[in-house]
Amino acid sequence: MSSATTPPDSDPTGRRQVHSMLKLYYGMNEEGKVESLDPCDINGPHFDPEVYLNKLRKECSLGELMDHESCTVKQIRSLDSDMQTLVYENYNKFISATDTIRKMKNDFKKMEDEMDCLSANMAAITEFSAHISGTLQDQHAQITKLSGVHTLLRKLQFLFELPARLNKCLELQAYAQAVSAHRRARCVLQQYSHMPSFRGIQDDCHVIMEQLAQQLRQKFRDGGSSAKDLSECVELLLQLDEPAEELCDKFLSHAQSRLEADLQGLEAELIDSLFIDRGCNEFVSNLCLVIASYQELFINHPQEGELASKKIPEMANGKLHVFVDTLAARYFSLVERRIQEEKGVGDNSLLVRALDRFHRRLQAISKLLPGSAVPSQGTEIVVRAARERIKQYLSALQTFYHDSLTDVRQALAAPRLSVGGASASGELLTSLSNFILNQLKSVLASVHLFTAKDITFSNKPYFKGEFCSQGVREGLVVSFIKFICQSSRQYCESAGDRGGSTPPALLLLLSRLCLDYETSTISYILTLTDEQFLVQHHTPVTPVTALCAEAREAAQKLLNHYVKVQGLIISQMLRKSVETRDWVNTIEPRNVRAVMKRVVEDTTSIDVQVGLLYEEGVRKAHSSDSSKRTFSVYSSSRQQIRYAPSYTPSAPMDTSLLSNIHKLFSERIDIFSPVEFNKVSVLTGIIKISLKTFLECVRLRTFGRYGLQQIQVDCHYLQMYLWRFVSDENLVHFLLDEIVGSAAHRCLDPSPMEQSVIEVICERG
Amino acid sequence: MEDDAPVIYGLEFQARALTAQTAETDAIRFVVGTQSLKFDNQIHIIDFDDENNMINKSVLLHDAGEIWHISGSPADKAVLTTCYSKTSESRVLTCAAVWRMPPEWESGSHESPDDSSNNPQTLELLCHLDNTTHGSVACVLWEPMGDGKRVISLAENHVLLWDLQESSTKATISSSATLEGKGQLKFTAGKWSPHHNSTQLATANDTAIRGWDLRSMSQIYCIESAHGQLVRDLDFNPNKQYYLASCGDDCKVKFWDVRHINEPVKCLEEHSHWVWSVRYNHSHDQLLLTGSSDSRVILSNMVSISSEPFGHLVDDDELSDNEESQQEDKGKEPLRDSIIATYEEHEDSVYAVEWSAADPWLFASLSYDGRLVINRVPRALKYRILL
Repeated sequence: MSSATTPPDSDPTGRRQVHSMLKLYYGMNEEGKVESLDPCDINGPHFDPEVYLNKLRKECSLGELMDHESCTVKQIRSLDSDMQTLVYENYNKFISATDTIRKMKNDFKKMEDEMDCLSANMAAITEFSAHISGTLQDQHAQITKLSGVHTLLRKLQFLFELPARLNKCLELQAYAQAVSAHRRARCVLQQYSHMPSFRGIQDDCHVIMEQLAQQLRQKFRDGGSSAKDLSECVELLLQLDEPAEELCDKFLSHAQSRLEADLQGLEAELIDSLFIDRGCNEFVSNLCLVIASYQELFINHPQEGELASKKIPEMANGKLHVFVDTLAARYFSLVERRIQEEKGVGDNSLLVRALDRFHRRLQAISKLLPGSAVPSQGTEIVVRAARERIKQYLSALQTFYHDSLTDVRQALAAPRLSVGGASASGELLTSLSNFILNQLKSVLASVHLFTAKDITFSNKPYFKGEFCSQGVREGLVVSFIKFICQSSRQYCESAGDRGGSTPPALLLLLSRLCLDYETSTISYILTLTDEQFLVQHHTPVTPVTALCAEAREAAQKLLNHYVKVQGLIISQMLRKSVETRDWVNTIEPRNVRAVMKRVVEDTTSIDVQVGLLYEEGVRKAHSSDSSKRTFSVYSSSRQQIRYAPSYTPSAPMDTSLLSNIHKLFSERIDIFSPVEFNKVSVLTGIIKISLKTFLECVRLRTFGRYGLQQIQVDCHYLQMYLWRFVSDENLVHFLLDEIVGSAAHRCLDPSPMEQSVIEVICERG
Repeated sequence: MEDDAPVIYGLEFQARALTAQTAETDAIRFVVGTQSLKFDNQIHIIDFDDENNMINKSVLLHDAGEIWHISGSPADKAVLTTCYSKTSESRVLTCAAVWRMPPEWESGSHESPDDSSNNPQTLELLCHLDNTTHGSVACVLWEPMGDGKRVISLAENHVLLWDLQESSTKATISSSATLEGKGQLKFTAGKWSPHHNSTQLATANDTAIRGWDLRSMSQIYCIESAHGQLVRDLDFNPNKQYYLASCGDDCKVKFWDVRHINEPVKCLEEHSHWVWSVRYNHSHDQLLLTGSSDSRVILSNMVSISSEPFGHLVDDDELSDNEESQQEDKGKEPLRDSIIATYEEHEDSVYAVEWSAADPWLFASLSYDGRLVINRVPRALKYRILL
């Protein structure tokens, strides 16, 4: 048993090494296993048989030891058998490997022999090949030479055949082939022209090509050919060294003749409403065609060889520009003439559409011919047309305004016969201002077409800016308003001297119209315009306030003039009545003179007339029965001061002194002074003028006793009726006082009438 | 450079007639005729002492009637004509007469004013310009710069040319013309042109201005509707022979070139009532005086249509190099047509304005209440015109 256990222990280190090598060989990796350091582990590397035995002896009983010994013997036996098996297997493998190596050794031997044979063969082949190529060398050079000769001959044949070919081409009109053939031969011919035979050919060719060029030119000139033919023609001619400039000229002149025919056609139909249509469809499109084909031919065509160096595009482009410009200028002059024909202001849309089409077509030219001035000229024409249009509208508006004024004038004149006529003036005013406003609006709408979105030229800077602000706003609206003001002012001036030609009612109406414009209409119109046209004021425009001021000024002037005219009418009556009467020898007054009644009547009717259009206005407060009371005061005061006991030699001093003092305290009265825009002020103005005239006339006359009394009666009558019209009744009192006072001064026998009698006469009258 | 205050003189009576003593070239003297129906009318001779700014007056009685127009002889400062109204048999007729002031009036002026008014001397009647067949006389015009032998009277629609003989004691009509037409035509004013050898006359009737050739006594031009209403007064530009100023009831003053009568050369509208009187300054015709029944007197500077439209030529040498030259330059800018001044001293209608015959920078205006105001052209303007 001890011997059995001894072998593993006999050479521990040697065995261990073998063991690990084997392990390595079989790939067993014991690295991962936990190597127990227990020396009692029989399978562990640190197994110590002594320790193990000691341990067994100590721990186990005999029985157990016996068992253990048998178990261990059994294990040893199985291990031994295993070992034997492994040894046998390895031995077999080694044997077969040795056999294989022996066999290989034999095979290699055979292969070496075959390789030697192959190299011998190759050497033989190389030798043969060198031999063959050496023999073929001469023949190859000959063949090359022969093929060179062959091509040369073919070329020569081509050359000799060239004239015939060219002729044939000419007959068949295959110009392109002819030209390309000739082109190919040309250089050669040129080169060998010193040889007579080649020279002959060259001359022949020349003649033929000359002919060909002639034909081409003919064809080019005929013009009947299509654009494609034409372009081919030109191309060939260019290749034939034809001067490009001449070709351009010819082409253009040819095109010009056709276009001029179009233009003449247009000129003949100048009045036709479809003028622009035709112009666009025929002339402009033809022009575009010409430009396009021209560019195709001369400018865009890729130039090769020596042609490129001639700068044809530049030259051709220059010519084209000149050509287009001249033709376009003619066309434009026609268009402008046509546009000028368009005088009627009825339908603007037609014109705008025509202009739009015109403009649109010209854009095509601008696309074709980028540098051309034509489109901008066209735009200018449109702009001019628009300006012209605005002018026409303005004059149309002015005519309309005049016409409506004439209507108003007639309306004012006609119903004057009937009783209800006077009330019409208010309605007339509204209808007049509505008419004008509507007309203006419709004109604005018409003009607005110029800036409509779908119109091509509407986004030009002119139509965006200047047209709206300078054209429409300033040129049309502002001008029209100014015109209204100005024509109104003219009514004051031209008719002013005699006052006869313009009916006063019209003056009043216009004045109110202008005032309405000042208060609302102007700003309304301008706002409307600004909104519609989105006016951007790049340039300074007339401000609303300036226009309003002008309108107000006109209104003021008209109203002043109205006052003047009406005052004049009444003054004239009064003046005639004073001047024509013999005041010294007049009879005792029984009645108020008819003229005074007339004055009161007229004043009343003026009051009505003005009342229809102007507000009442403010007057200074007065007592309810002011007429009588104040009159008696003024009458008595006058009597005390001017007449009563004062006719002593010292009196005149007092009189003038008193009247001067009186005047010192009363305000200076401006007779023809501006009036305010209300009824009372207007009436005050008229009455002032009338009474002042009365005063001045009285001062120029000499009165008898009854003359003075008549004046007293008249003045009292005026006093009774006129105070109610004026803003400050003291004014009437003062003037009437002056009249009676002056009459008393100018009286040869001043004995005034009793106040009560005067009152009786006046009330009776 | 404060201007002197206006000098005001009050007459006791109402007055319309004012004239400068034409023949007097030394003293500044105006003659005013009063209008009174009840008292004896007077002629006030007003001497203005420029240095002391004082007025000396002498009063002469004019007992023939109230004076509507007065006019002094250009040759004899003691001789004057008046148009006065005479009432007889309840008929008023305006007559004209030539008067001579008594030789003592000048000595009388040295007396105290009280004395002279208490004991006034009477005018000496030289002769009547008999108008019984022709009707009321509107005005009498002396031949400008003449020898005091010829006068024209405008009576109703007649132009009468008188020769004064035997020291103005006898007047005979040498020629006459009559304006014929529709209605009752009546001359309201007239002016004897100082140009063309004093052969032309301009008259106003209603709204028309007519020119007459005194040699043939025929009408040479007629400005119909010269004014919208009555023409009240006329005056000839003393330096420009075809230029004429007129004024009237339309409150306007118009300037005419009688060669182109369709349109006035210029029109002023500054007054607020009838303009009764218009006078060119005798020496500087850009200065124009107007009087109106709006109680105002307006002095205008009508440079553009005067005989000196650009002012005097300024010598470049005169412009000194000092810093004042710029100011001077400004000052010497050509004057524009403008109103120089509005005089508001009157409180009643001004019917007459007149430049002094002696001092071209002085003028008088007369209002109906008998107030005579003597004013001067503002000094600033005076120097601008002179320098």
